[in-house]
Amino acid sequence: MVSRLEALWGWFDARMPSLAEQWRIHASEYYAPKNFNFWYYFGSLALLVLVIQIVSGIFLTMNYKPDASLAFGSVEYIMRDVPGGWILRYIHSTGASAFFIVVYLHMFRGLLYGSYRQPRELVWIFGVLIYLTLMGEAFFGYLLPWGQMSYWGAQVIVNLFGTVPFIGPDLALWIRGDYVVSDATLNRFFALHVIAFPLVLLGLVVAHLLALHDVGSNNPDGVEIKKLKDANGHPLDGIPFHPYYTVKDIMGAVVFLAIFCFVMFFVPEVSGYFLEYNNFIPADPLKTPPHIAPVWYFTPYYSIVRAVPPLFHSQFPGVLAMGIATLILFFLPWLDRSPVKSIRYRGTLYKSALAGFVLVFLVLGYLGTEPTTVWGQFGFDAFFLDTKDVATWVARLGTVLYFLFFILMPWYTARDAVKPVPERLTV
Amino acid sequence: MNEQEKPDKTRRRLIVATSAVGGAASLGAAVPFVISMWPSERARAAGAPVEIDVSNVGPGELAVFEWRGKPVWVMKRTQEMLDAIKQVDARVSDPKSEVDQQPAYAKNEYRSAKPELMVLVGICTHLGCSPQLKSAEAKAEMGGDWAGGFYCPCHGSKFDFAGRVYKGSPAPTNLEVPPYAYLSETTLVIGEDKEQKGA
Repeated sequence: MVSRLEALWGWFDARMPSLAEQWRIHASEYYAPKNFNFWYYFGSLALLVLVIQIVSGIFLTMNYKPDASLAFGSVEYIMRDVPGGWILRYIHSTGASAFFIVVYLHMFRGLLYGSYRQPRELVWIFGVLIYLTLMGEAFFGYLLPWGQMSYWGAQVIVNLFGTVPFIGPDLALWIRGDYVVSDATLNRFFALHVIAFPLVLLGLVVAHLLALHDVGSNNPDGVEIKKLKDANGHPLDGIPFHPYYTVKDIMGAVVFLAIFCFVMFFVPEVSGYFLEYNNFIPADPLKTPPHIAPVWYFTPYYSIVRAVPPLFHSQFPGVLAMGIATLILFFLPWLDRSPVKSIRYRGTLYKSALAGFVLVFLVLGYLGTEPTTVWGQFGFDAFFLDTKDVATWVARLGTVLYFLFFILMPWYTARDAVKPVPERLTV
Repeated sequence: MNEQEKPDKTRRRLIVATSAVGGAASLGAAVPFVISMWPSERARAAGAPVEIDVSNVGPGELAVFEWRGKPVWVMKRTQEMLDAIKQVDARVSDPKSEVDQQPAYAKNEYRSAKPELMVLVGICTHLGCSPQLKSAEAKAEMGGDWAGGFYCPCHGSKFDFAGRVYKGSPAPTNLEVPPYAYLSETTLVIGEDKEQKGA
């Protein structure tokens, strides 16, 4: 006896069998390694935050005005007069920072277990593209409230493009659509933020997942589960993504949302880290705030651009260093020459390199939020001291170490003492 | 299919030719999108020269005017300020204004058409913040050898009263001098000079 619901499904399935097929490929018969741990929450959480951002963003657009004379007021209007408007805005602003936290942890997972290694190079490359697109998306979005920090942050970042030799000034003019950051800039950043970049982001997420599901997920042991299969052709150490990992990820989502709600309701500004105080002052093109810094997720790269001194009367070397610092991520799959993938079977060399890299990234990130005078000045003078700010020199050291992590990787990963990798997963 | 083991050269040529033409057409179609992002006629008009009256600017006082949305600084420098500029020649990175950051008539000791009147774009050449005036009295804050000038709060660049950047600042070049001309003793036009007039 076929129920009415089953009959309806049968009717649908006869006409569009690919829907059930996609469900099997990507969920009910997608075999994932059975030993996923804590670090494997962040992929699904990133997807969750993407949905949160798109939904809250759509509703914010209903009351926001992308006009230099109205933008700041419309955000205040959303905060004070629109019913529930303040929740929508805090969801969106908390979501922006949450997105980067989740993505950074997700990328760190990749570094831990060698998830970027062969055959997952494309998964990694699509991931880095998502990260870069996300940076653009966040940057465009930050201009929209038209506060002082929006304005001067955009001014500084657009000027980074202005330092490119020969075409720089015209490039910056083209990006701004005016001689300064102005209404034209705000309007186009709005267009890029609400439609162009989200579309690109969604496309990249689909590509990231398709590439992942074709080669299969890596795992904390870095062992290929597809090598050993049971009589049905399923990996011995694999379990269907649904229901096993859908349930696990729901658990992660619940914990994540609890933390998210705490931040959103009680500390939405996070002491100026998620929402900067200067951004509660309307943009003033004639007056720079005393201290400007980007939002925390850009600060490691901001530290790098600040650390490099000008050469030949040009700031471009710093900008180039910052660009390379992000683009070098693409080459990670080919820089790592270790015979093993997971940190569990790597030696001291890689472990210390990774620990050092994380420390450097955090220190650069911290310094980027502070003025260069934060750690005082050297008490002595020397011919090579073009600046006496201690923090600038620490940032320079950090910049060098950041690059050394990647540049020396082929050397230290190949020489590292590794442990034998087991045939099957260890649980 | 069997007789088509080798690709048909004529068809292959046709594919290449249509792809090339199609590609060129797509590039052409991109043009309106790309050019739409250049400053509009309205933005260009707003970037037109502005006339300013400097009769009310007192000696040593910094007046800020807006041109193309940027702050333009005008200051009547006192004799002490002019002397301070001469003093710091050895401490600025481009004392003779070799880098093209000024019109020809401002490529001199004081970087101005007339020595006493300073006209500068008040935007730091580092990353575009607006520096602040720090008089020679601000030695406590700026260091004992401070001769007066401008200080950028964003990344700590220092400039003298002629907008010349001090060595060791993150800013790579001197502050920009906009094109300007005197219409009378007390009125200036910013954004246009005699050389450009009629051009």
